[in-house]
Amino acid sequence: MAELNINERQAGDVTVLDMSGKITIGEGSVSLRTAIRRLLEEGKKRILLNLAGVSYIDSSGIGELVSSYTAIGKENGQLKLLNLTQKLQDLLTITKLLTVFDVYESEAEALNSFK
Amino acid sequence: MTVETTELSLPSRIDTIATAAAAVAEFVGRSGLGDDAAFGIDLALREAVTNAVLHGNRQDEDKTVDITLKSSPDAVEISVHDHGPGFNPEKVPDPTVQENILKTSGRGIFFMRSFMDEVDWLIRPGGGTTVRMLKRR
Repeated sequence: MAELNINERQAGDVTVLDMSGKITIGEGSVSLRTAIRRLLEEGKKRILLNLAGVSYIDSSGIGELVSSYTAIGKENGQLKLLNLTQKLQDLLTITKLLTVFDVYESEAEALNSFK
Repeated sequence: MTVETTELSLPSRIDTIATAAAAVAEFVGRSGLGDDAAFGIDLALREAVTNAVLHGNRQDEDKTVDITLKSSPDAVEISVHDHGPGFNPEKVPDPTVQENILKTSGRGIFFMRSFMDEVDWLIRPGGGTTVRMLKRR
């Protein structure tokens, strides 16, 4: 079984990636990077990462979230986060990244925030 | 409670990180620490082994990452040794200052310090680097 599973769906012009597993150095981080690059190549620049099923993330995974955020920003797109676990929220808080990312607990609210 | 010590010697590969984490999780499970402490130890261990594999041994599989785990009535102590040239931990930039927040790397040592009660390094020129991390009960 893959370390990180990513399921893609479309909600209007927003691409939602439902993720489950671990975003850690190696396979998990690479899977996220590959998915984001592919979406950008397809011109999909409004991306919502649903992290409800992400049980674990390390500094490499956090770095990959930052890399995704900046790569999408450079293409004038938007990356937002949905359904952080408490542990991930704690990690984003202590790294001060919670002030950078747009984070939502409701998918409807998250989708409405894209403009 | 008795003192328990376990030693591991693993190759310098990315998959060593998961191998080490599984062994440490089992060790910590026996030590009786709670879930929050176990999470912190797991994250700190993964970051220490990542640094040893990537920056210390530079994925040279001829060089091992040597891990020592000690559980005592007071604490769990983890040491991770690599055979690299060493570095100055005081010169590692703070990832939480404004100009570093959006950097894609440089948070490993910060996580180790955040989740463990003590973290220090023993660096011997030509003799590798040992990071020792302590979690008190």
